[in-house]
Amino acid sequence: MSATRFDAEARQGLTMVSPPLIYAVLMLAAPLLTILAYSFFRDGYLEVIREFTLDNYRAVWADPVFHKIMIRSLLVAVLVTLATVVLAFPVAYFLSFGLRPERKAMWIFLITIPFWTSYLIRVFLWKVILSEEGVINSVLDLLPLVQPAGDMLYNVQAIVVTLAHAYAPFAILPIYVALEKVDRSLLEAGRDLGESRLMTFWRVTLPLAMPGVVAATLIVFIPTIGDYVTPELIGGGKVPMIANMVQVNMLALDNKPMGSALAVTAMLIVAVVSVIFILLNRRFLRVRQ
Amino acid sequence: MKFTGLRVYAILYLLFLYAPILLLPLFAFNSGTIIAFPLRGFTTDWFAEMLGNQTLRRAFTNSMIIAVSSAVLATALGIFAARASTRFSFPGKTGIMGLIMLPLVLPEIIVAMSLLVVLLAIGVQLSVFTVILGHTLICMPYAIAILSTAFNSLDKSLEEAAYDLGETRWSAFRLVILPLVMPGIVSSLLMSFTISLDEFIIAFFLAGNEPTLPTYIFSQLRFPQSIPVIMALGTVLVAMSILLLTAAEYYRRRGVARTGQKDTGGFI
Repeated sequence: MSATRFDAEARQGLTMVSPPLIYAVLMLAAPLLTILAYSFFRDGYLEVIREFTLDNYRAVWADPVFHKIMIRSLLVAVLVTLATVVLAFPVAYFLSFGLRPERKAMWIFLITIPFWTSYLIRVFLWKVILSEEGVINSVLDLLPLVQPAGDMLYNVQAIVVTLAHAYAPFAILPIYVALEKVDRSLLEAGRDLGESRLMTFWRVTLPLAMPGVVAATLIVFIPTIGDYVTPELIGGGKVPMIANMVQVNMLALDNKPMGSALAVTAMLIVAVVSVIFILLNRRFLRVRQ
Repeated sequence: MKFTGLRVYAILYLLFLYAPILLLPLFAFNSGTIIAFPLRGFTTDWFAEMLGNQTLRRAFTNSMIIAVSSAVLATALGIFAARASTRFSFPGKTGIMGLIMLPLVLPEIIVAMSLLVVLLAIGVQLSVFTVILGHTLICMPYAIAILSTAFNSLDKSLEEAAYDLGETRWSAFRLVILPLVMPGIVSSLLMSFTISLDEFIIAFFLAGNEPTLPTYIFSQLRFPQSIPVIMALGTVLVAMSILLLTAAEYYRRRGVARTGQKDTGGFI
């Protein structure tokens, strides 16, 4: 009886999920497999020659420009993730522990609004803030004894600030959700057993919030490394990241196999870094337990 | 107050989040043609110029068509996925839902580029339609996240009661479940609409020669003389986003209240 019931339920569930699944297979899985296939093909003039080769990967891995851009992308992503998560944690902590429940929804709403407003324009506004005649410099100009800072654009630091701003809510929300799940009686128990507030935080709250921190780290790290707009606008084309390199190969140079190999390699590196991070974190958590 | 220091920090953080956006109206109403301080006089010229711009109007129409279509498609597909994942257990569920939710963690450039390669290979002309295909794909995970919350809060016994009272599966869905998840559906539509309206990379790759609002903005950022108009446009877009999000939040809260849950806040 229960077996047939399960079968009926499984069938119903699969039927129900099939429209979005078919869409995802056609529009996501098939295209991803296609670029994977393309990365092993040869580039001809205005066409792709379907002939298996590893040359694209050899070219990508031997290319010093690729090394430089990949290392820069990783560096930017690591710095952005670090800045975003470290700055976001106290905010998430305050939202979860420092507010009455009825005020929480309001704060979350306030934090999400800037995130939903035009990303392009927000990035451009950072250019307005950091440029030579920008907001910061014109304010510094008004102060006596302070030298204007000059042009602060077209470098990695400017990209990091802009991206840390853009991805802030991505870090706050998962940490907040994890902190909300922390059983408050555990904290009381910690205090009752004679731990100081700081030690309770260190030994109880932080480990329990770790899943949120891990989620935040990955949610910020992965899209940051593939960001196209910020290096283009804030970096002014002078500090390209991996997405810009992929775009140039795919469109301007029209070398789709090379572009695909670059994209696949970048995805692999991102996946490997993420997995290493998750594994390290598991070890860290186990040690703490 | 136990959390004074943290509260001050959180407020400063909010200021950091809002600082760039607060500059928008400042420059949109500033009569100077250069985006810099000190401000000149007050003007509404940039808004007038914005309304008179033909390419911008076309970009706006395209963006509206794309945003409405992708919102409807993503929500319709999202309803199936959210219902399936919250109500049924089936083999391969984790993998299937993982694939559907994948665009959340995949760099958009990869999604855009791989779609472009396939569309070009099978000879589809790039147009507004191809952007809709891409936007539906990336809006779907957000729609599912919102709709799952709505479906999760349903009491299974309500549905069973409807069957006992002689309703068919479809009429029970239409008469009992649908009204209860309606706030979630509206919230998902608004959220998908907002995401699509703001999405740049996929539109940049898949729109061909058709401008959308973000690709139009991107093309204009290179020309200093167009920047004030972009500031005016940005102001309008921010106002619109806030309006839509407030509506989405209102429906979300109504949904939470209707199903009698505790409001823990937020879209996630």
